Amino acid sequence: MDFDVLVVGAGLAGMRAALAAQQAGSDVAILSKVHPVRSHSNAAQGGINAALTDRGDDWEEHGYETVKGSDYLGDQDAIEILAEEAGGEIITLEHMGVIFSRNEEGYLGTRRFGGQQRARTFFVSDFTGQALLHVMFEQLLKSGVRVLDEWFVTSLVTHEGICTGVTALEIRTGQLHTVGARSVILATGGLGRVFEPSTNGLICSGDGMSLGYRAGVPLMDMEMVQYHPTTLKGNGLLISEAARGEGAHLLNADGERFMQRYAPNMLELASRDVVSRAEQTEINEGRGIDGCVLLDCRHLGRDFILDKLHQIHEEGMTYANVDLTKEPIPIRPGMHYQMGGLKTDIDGRCWDELGGGWGGVRGLFAAGEAACVSLHGGNRLGANSLLDTVVFGRRSGVAAAAFAKNVIGQGIPLPGSEEQAKEETRIDALLSRAASAESVAGMRLEMGEVMNENLAVFRDEAGMKVAFEKIKDLQQRYRSVPVKNSGKIFNTSLIFALELGFMLDCAESIVTGALQRKESRGAHTRIDFPDRNDEEWMKHILVYHQGSETPRTSTLPVVITRWEPQVRSY
Amino acid sequence: MKTSLRVKRYNPEGDDQGTYFEEFTVDMEEYNTVLDALIAVREYEDESLAVRCSCRGSICGSCGIRVNGNGALACKTKILSVAPNEEVITVEPMGNMPVLRDLVTDMTPFWDKLRGVEPWLQVQGPEPESEYVASADAMTHLNGVMSCIMCGVCVSDCTSLEVFDQFVGPAALAKAYRFVADPRDEADLSRLEALNEPGGIWDCTRCMACVQVCPKGVAPMERIMKLRDAAIEAGFKNTPGARHAEVFTEIIKQDGHLDETMLTVGTIGLFNVSRMMSLLPIAVRALIHGKLPLMYPFTHVVSGMTQIRKIFDHVEAKK
Repeated sequence: MDFDVLVVGAGLAGMRAALAAQQAGSDVAILSKVHPVRSHSNAAQGGINAALTDRGDDWEEHGYETVKGSDYLGDQDAIEILAEEAGGEIITLEHMGVIFSRNEEGYLGTRRFGGQQRARTFFVSDFTGQALLHVMFEQLLKSGVRVLDEWFVTSLVTHEGICTGVTALEIRTGQLHTVGARSVILATGGLGRVFEPSTNGLICSGDGMSLGYRAGVPLMDMEMVQYHPTTLKGNGLLISEAARGEGAHLLNADGERFMQRYAPNMLELASRDVVSRAEQTEINEGRGIDGCVLLDCRHLGRDFILDKLHQIHEEGMTYANVDLTKEPIPIRPGMHYQMGGLKTDIDGRCWDELGGGWGGVRGLFAAGEAACVSLHGGNRLGANSLLDTVVFGRRSGVAAAAFAKNVIGQGIPLPGSEEQAKEETRIDALLSRAASAESVAGMRLEMGEVMNENLAVFRDEAGMKVAFEKIKDLQQRYRSVPVKNSGKIFNTSLIFALELGFMLDCAESIVTGALQRKESRGAHTRIDFPDRNDEEWMKHILVYHQGSETPRTSTLPVVITRWEPQVRSY
Repeated sequence: MKTSLRVKRYNPEGDDQGTYFEEFTVDMEEYNTVLDALIAVREYEDESLAVRCSCRGSICGSCGIRVNGNGALACKTKILSVAPNEEVITVEPMGNMPVLRDLVTDMTPFWDKLRGVEPWLQVQGPEPESEYVASADAMTHLNGVMSCIMCGVCVSDCTSLEVFDQFVGPAALAKAYRFVADPRDEADLSRLEALNEPGGIWDCTRCMACVQVCPKGVAPMERIMKLRDAAIEAGFKNTPGARHAEVFTEIIKQDGHLDETMLTVGTIGLFNVSRMMSLLPIAVRALIHGKLPLMYPFTHVVSGMTQIRKIFDHVEAKK
C-alpha cells in the first residue's frame, strides 16, 4: 500500500491537510488511531479567531495580540501568516457548511475572547470544535480520500534521511502493515495525558511528537505547557473560555473579583497564563475553596446561558452537580495544551530547507498541536488553536503535495517486508514480556502526577529535577513493563503500552526544556527566576532525541518582523 | 463507594467463542460515571477489557454502550443515577451492530449509511465572495442536529432497525435533516426523493426510543417527522407513508375514530391487486380472531364530532 501523501491523524489539521493535498492533485490517504469524528478537535468549545478585514477588523491587531499573548516567543513571520490568512479560512469553512452563529442581519457573528481587545472570535454556540470537525468530515466523505481509521502508527520509516512511510497496526485485526508515502504529515494532536489530570481526551498521548522526535526532528518550545484557567476539579474537564468571553466573573473565597488586582484592564479576559497564575496565587495564599476558585455566570441570566453556553451548562450539571444559572462553579487551572511540538517551517516542513542549522527529516511535515511553527510561543490565545489547525493544515497539505510530486521518479525505496519484519519482531517482544507487578496504567499515573506536581503553573529547579529523575526511572522500568493481553483483535493493552512509550519521550523533552529556560516567560513561570530575561532567553529551545541517552539541546533565535518585545501587562 | 459491574464479554480469539458475563467490583466516588468504573476495571482488574473511550465529557461519542439494557454514553451515565443503592450495573455492547470484542462494536454499517445520505453541503452556482447570508434563527435551529456526536446510541436502540436492517436509521436521517433544514443547501428535492425510498423516512415506527436514549438531545425521530412533512410539501405524495398519513387524516376527519380496514385499503390503494391479495391471509386471520369489525365502519361516528372538526379547521387555518 502506498500513496503520494499520507496524513497521520484525522482531526481538523489532518483532514484539512488531506483535502488540500488532494486538491493539489495528490493521491492521499489519511490514517488515524480513532475514527475522524472522535478526534480531540471536538473539545475546542469557544471559537476560532479571525480578523475579517472587509468589516473593519485589522489582521495586524490580531497578529500583535497573538505576539503579545505568546510573551514574544512566537515567530512573527508565522504569526503574520496566521492572522492574514485567517479571514479567508473562515469563509472557506462557512462555504464548506459550518453553521457559524449569525448576527441579526444574517452575517457571521462574533464574541470576545481572552487577550484581545476586539470581538473577533467566530463560533457555533459553545461546541465550535465539534461543529468544525464534523463539517470537515463531511468534506472528507465528499472527497473520497482513502481513510484508514483505527490504524495506529508504531514507527516512521526513513531512507537516507528522507521519510518514506510508516509501520502501522490495524487495531481491528492486529495486523501490522507498512504504508509507503512520498511525504508524510503528522497531525496527531497534543500530549495532554502526559499530565494527570488534563482536559485532554485519553487519546492525546503525543504519538506524532514522539514519532518525529525518534526519527530525528527536534521538539521545540516544549517547556511551554498551557494550564487553562477553568477546569473542573474532579475529572479535570474543560469549562470553555466562552463563559468569560460572554461575561462570567472569577471570584475568590471572599467573593472578590480578584482579577482586578492582576489585570485591571482585561480582567477575566487577560491571557490564559496570566489568569491561571492569578488563580493559583489566590489558592496558594488561602483565598481559594478546596483548591479552587469560583466561576460565576449567574448574572448572565438563564435564557442567555442556555442559548450561548448550553454545553457547559449541561457539563456543570452532569460532572459537578452545579446549575450554572443558580450557583457559581468551582474551577481551577488544569493542563490543557502544548504550545511546543515538532519544529516546522511556515509550510509545515520538519526539516531545515533554508539552512537554519536545525536538521530534521526530509519528506516529513507536521501541523496542528503536534507541530511548533512557532505560533503560540509561551502562551496560546484562546480560539487560536482551531485557526492554527486550518491555516497550517492547509499549508502543509499543499507543501506535502508539491514535495511528493518532486520526489516521484527519484527511485527512493518505499518501506517493504524488511521494515515490516523488524517492527513485527519488536511488537511480538512487547507482547511476550514476562509477567510482573508493574502495569502500564500505574506507570502512566506516576508520570502524570509527577508532571502535574512539578511542571504546572509555578515551577522551580528542585521540583523539575525530581520530575526529571522520575521520568528517567520510568523510562528504565518501561523496558520491561508487561502487556497483559496477547490477543490480536482490538488489543487496547498493546496500544496503551506503545502510547506510554510516546508519552515518556514527550515528558523527557518537556522537563529538559523547562530546566534549561532560566527565566519566567508565558506559561513557564519559575519561582527561582521570576522575571522575563530577553537578553539571554529571547530564543527557542530545541530538544533532540538521543536514544536512551540524555537528549541534546540547541537554541534558535525568535523571528521578529515588526513587533519589538515590550513589557507585557493586561 | 463500591460499584459492581456485570460486563458482557466476548473474545473472538478465545477457545469458546461465545459471550458470557463477568462481574467486577471497583471503588468509586459519588461524582464518577459508568465509564470511570469501566476504566478502573481495565486499568486495575483486567487489562484485556476492550471499550472505546476518549474525551470523558460526552463530546467525542466513542463510548456508546448499553447500561441496564438501554443505549447510553458510558461517560454521561452517573453511577448514582443507575445504581443509587450500589446495585449491580449490567453493561453490554450497543445493539443492532456486530460486536468485535467485549464492548467494542463494528460501526461500519453505521458509517456506510451516513455516507449514503450524501452528508455534505450541496449548492448550485458559484459560491458568494464572502459568507452566505442566512438568518440567525435558521442557523441556531441547526445547532440541535449539529450537536449529534455520531455515538450510535440511537441506532443501537432503534426498534425498526431490529427487524429491518436496510433502514437508514435515526442518526443518518437526523444528518439528512441538517441539510434539508440548512438554508444554504440546494439539493432538498433530490435528498427528499432519495429519502422516500424503502429504508428511508417512512420506515420509522415512531417508537421514540432514539429520542429517549440520545445523550445530546438531538431527538432524531422528530427530525424524521420534519423530513416527512417536507417530503409531502415538496410533492412526494405517492408513497405508502404519505398516503397513510393522508388517509389517516381523512378518516379521522370523517368519523372521529380510526378505521384500520379503511386505513389499509386507502394506503395500499384498492387497485393494487397483488399487494391487496397478499394481505388477504392476514385479514382472514384477523376476522377469525374477531379483530376486524365489519359492521361499525359504515355506521359508527364518535360523539363530539363537532369539536374534532373544529380542531381540523383550526390546524388548517394555521397553515
